[in-house]
Amino acid sequence: MADTGKTRDQKLVSALTDSLLAAIIAFALFSLVLGLRTVDGATGLTLEPRPGLLLTVVAIVFFGRLALNLFVWQTQYPLTTPFAKLFNIEPFDRRDLVTLGAALVFGAVWFATGLVLGEAVYELLGIVVLLFVGLGLLRRWLVQRFPNLPYTQIFIAGGIIFALFFPIVTYALESVFRFGMPLRYWFDLSILILTYVMLGWGLNIVVGLAGLLDLGYVAFYAVGAYTFALLATQFGLGFWVCLPIAGAAAALWGIILGFPVLRLRGDYLAIVTLAFGEIIRIVLLNWTEVTGGPNGVAGIPKPTFFGLPFSPFAEGMTFSKFFGIPYDGLHALIFLYYLILILALVTNAVTLRLRRLPVGRAWEAMREDQIACRSLGINTTLTKLSAFATGAMFGGLAGAFFATRQGFVSPESFTFIESAIILAIVVLGGMGSQLGVAIAAVVMVGGFEALRHTAGLQAIFGEEFDPALYRMLLFGIAMVGIMVWRPRGLVSARAPTISLGDADRISGDLVRQGRG
Amino acid sequence: MAYFLQQLINGVTLGSIYGLIAIGYTMVYGIIGMINFAHGDIFMVGAFIALIAFLALTAIGVTAIPLALLLVLIIAIGLTAVWGWTVERVAYRPLRESFRLAPLITAIGMSIVLQNFIQIAQGARVKPLQPVVTGGYELFQQGSFTVIVSNIQILIVVTTVLVMTGFWLLISRTALGRSQRACEQDRLMAALSGVDVDRTISLTFVLGAGLAAVAGLLYLLYYGVIDFFIGFVVGIKAFTAAVFGGIGSIPGAMLGGLIIGLIETFWSAYFSIEYKDVAAFSMLAIVLIFFPTGLLGRPEVEKV
Repeated sequence: MADTGKTRDQKLVSALTDSLLAAIIAFALFSLVLGLRTVDGATGLTLEPRPGLLLTVVAIVFFGRLALNLFVWQTQYPLTTPFAKLFNIEPFDRRDLVTLGAALVFGAVWFATGLVLGEAVYELLGIVVLLFVGLGLLRRWLVQRFPNLPYTQIFIAGGIIFALFFPIVTYALESVFRFGMPLRYWFDLSILILTYVMLGWGLNIVVGLAGLLDLGYVAFYAVGAYTFALLATQFGLGFWVCLPIAGAAAALWGIILGFPVLRLRGDYLAIVTLAFGEIIRIVLLNWTEVTGGPNGVAGIPKPTFFGLPFSPFAEGMTFSKFFGIPYDGLHALIFLYYLILILALVTNAVTLRLRRLPVGRAWEAMREDQIACRSLGINTTLTKLSAFATGAMFGGLAGAFFATRQGFVSPESFTFIESAIILAIVVLGGMGSQLGVAIAAVVMVGGFEALRHTAGLQAIFGEEFDPALYRMLLFGIAMVGIMVWRPRGLVSARAPTISLGDADRISGDLVRQGRG
Repeated sequence: MAYFLQQLINGVTLGSIYGLIAIGYTMVYGIIGMINFAHGDIFMVGAFIALIAFLALTAIGVTAIPLALLLVLIIAIGLTAVWGWTVERVAYRPLRESFRLAPLITAIGMSIVLQNFIQIAQGARVKPLQPVVTGGYELFQQGSFTVIVSNIQILIVVTTVLVMTGFWLLISRTALGRSQRACEQDRLMAALSGVDVDRTISLTFVLGAGLAAVAGLLYLLYYGVIDFFIGFVVGIKAFTAAVFGGIGSIPGAMLGGLIIGLIETFWSAYFSIEYKDVAAFSMLAIVLIFFPTGLLGRPEVEKV
C-alpha cells in the first residue's frame, strides 16, 4: 500500500475513504446483532436498543483503521519498523530510537498509573509493552555481543530447571518465611499448564510430525480418563496399574478409529476425526449404565505416594506420618505437579527419540510428501497408524492424570472446544516444534488465567462485565490473528532432525506441512 | 404406513434446510478447496439476524406476516452476506497461498469467534419465537394417526425450491456463474483470461452466506427456538450432506441435504433420538471411507 507517488492530501483522502468504508461495513455487521439485544419480556422476546455501544464499536473501527492507514500502511516510515528491527537485528537510526523510547515511556506511564490507581488492567498493559520492548532490546544486545551462544539450549535448560525446582523452592520459602504466597493457586495453575503442555506434545506427534490434522484428539483424552475412572471406581485398581492400561486403551481406540479413516486426504481426515470425537462424547453422555451419563463418574481415588495416601484421616501409614512431617494439603498438589511434569517430559523424550528412529523419519517424510514416501516403499497406512496410536496413547495417559486430579469426570470436559484449544496450542506454537508447543501452552493457558484477574476491566466496562466470557472470544481472535500474521507459528525455525553435513536451521516456510 | 409418510414429510423439510447450507460448503470447497468450518456459524448468525429483524419489524408496526417475512428474508440475506464477505476477507484471503491446513485452522478460529460473539452480544439463553406460520392440512387418517403437512413445512419446501432454482440459474446462466466455474477449474488460467479471481471468490462467500441466511430464517420459523450453538451440529450435518452428494457439485449438495435429512428423521423415528447425531456423524465417516467422491462428484486425481 505504501505507494510513494501520492501527495499528502491524496493519501489523507484515500485513508479517509478506506476507513469510512470499513466503518460502513462494521455498521452493517453489528447493526442488528450488537445494536439490538433480545431480552426475555412478559410476552416473549423484546428488543433493547443499544445505540451507544454500536456507535462506539463503529467509531473504534473507523479511527483504528484511520490510524493504521496513516501511520502504518500509507506512509514511508511505518510506526512498526523499529519494532521489527528490534528482532531482525537491523541497525537503528535516530527515528527508531525515538519511537522505541516513546514506547518505553508510555509503558512506564501506564504501569505507574496502574500502580497509583490500583487498576490491574493498566499495570498489565504497561507490563506487556515494557516486556516486549525490554526483552527485545536485551535479546538484540545479547545476539550482537555474543553471536555464537546456543540460546535455544540455554533457554530450554533454564525452563526445565525452573519447572523442576519451582514447587520445592516456593514451598520451602513459604514454610520458612510465610510470605503469604497463594501457593495452592499457583500449583493448580501450573498443573493445568503442564497438562496442556503434555496434550500439546502428544498431539504434536500426530499434527506436527506426521502432518495429520486431528480435530478429535480430546476423544483419546476422554478414553484415558474414563478408563481410569471406571477401573478405579468399579474394580478398585490403583493409579499406577491403571496408567498403562489407560494409555493402551487410548492407543487401541486410536488404531480402531484410525484404521478406516487414514486413507483420507488432509481436510477430510480432519472432519472425520472431529465426527469421531463427537461420537465418543455422545456415547459417554447417553450410555448411562456404564458411564453415568451426564452425571459422570465421581469418587475417583486421589493418587497415593507409592501406596501412602495424602490424607490426615486415613487409617494406617500416610505420607506425612511416614516422613514424620506435619500434614499439609499442598503435599498432594506438589506430588501431582511432579507426576504431570514427569509424564510430560516422558512424552517429550519419547518424541525426540522416535524422531531419530526410522518410524519418526518416516512420519516427517510423509508430512512432506506422501507420494514420494510411497514410491520409496514406506507403508503410509502403517506409518500414519503408528503416529495416530502414539499420539492417542499420550492423550490417554494425560486423561488418566486428569481423572485422578479432578476426582470426577463427565462428558462436559471433553467437548470439541477442548480439541480446538489443544490444536491451537500446537499450531500457534509452530507445528513440530517441541519448544514452541510448551511456550504456546504457557502463554495461552496462563494468559487465559491472567484475564480472569483483571478486575480493573470492570471499572471500564461496567459491573456486569465478566472477563471470563471474553476468554473464548479472545482465544478465537488470537487463533485467527496469529495464523494470519505468522502462519508458521510463534517458533517457526527448526533444525532438521537428520541431515548430511552441517545441520542448517531452516525457516519454517521451507517445510511443507499438512498434506496428509 | 401413515407414520412413515409423516416422517417422510418431516425428513424432506429438514433436508431442504440442510441442502441450503450444504451448497455454501460445496461452493467454497469447489472454488478454493477448503472446508469453510465457520459456515455453520454463519448460518447461526443468519438465524439471529432474522430473529432480531423480525422482532424489530413487529416493534415498528409491520404486522402483516407475508410482508414482514419477505422483509426479514431480504434483511437477513443482505446482512449475513456481509458477514460471509468479512470472514473471507479477514481470515481466508491472507492465507490463500499458504499451506493447505492454514485456512482450516483460521476457519475453526472464526467459528469460535462467531459463536462467542453472539453469546456475548445476545446472551447464552435460548431464544424462543412465537409460531409465526401456523395451521396445516390433514392428508389422511389411519387408525388414530393423522398425517399432517403443516403450512410451515410447505413454506420451507417451496422457498427452498424457489431459492435453489434461482440460484441454479445464476450459476449456470450468468457471467458470475461462468467465472465461478472457471476459477474452480483453474484459478491461474481464469485470472489470465480476465476473470477477477478475488472478486469471484468473495462473491462465492457472499452467495453461500445468503443461502445460509435463508436456511437460518427457515430453521427459526420451523423450530421456533435458536441459540448461539446451533451452527456447530447443523454445520457438520450440512457438510456431511455436501460430501455425500459429492463435494464441489451443487445438485449433489441439494441431494445430499435431502438424504441426510431423511436419514436423521427416520433414525429418530424408528431407533433412538439420543443417537441421531451419531447416525449423521457415522454416515459422514462411512461415506468418506467408501465413496469419497460422493454420489455426483468427480474423482480427484492425486498429482505429484
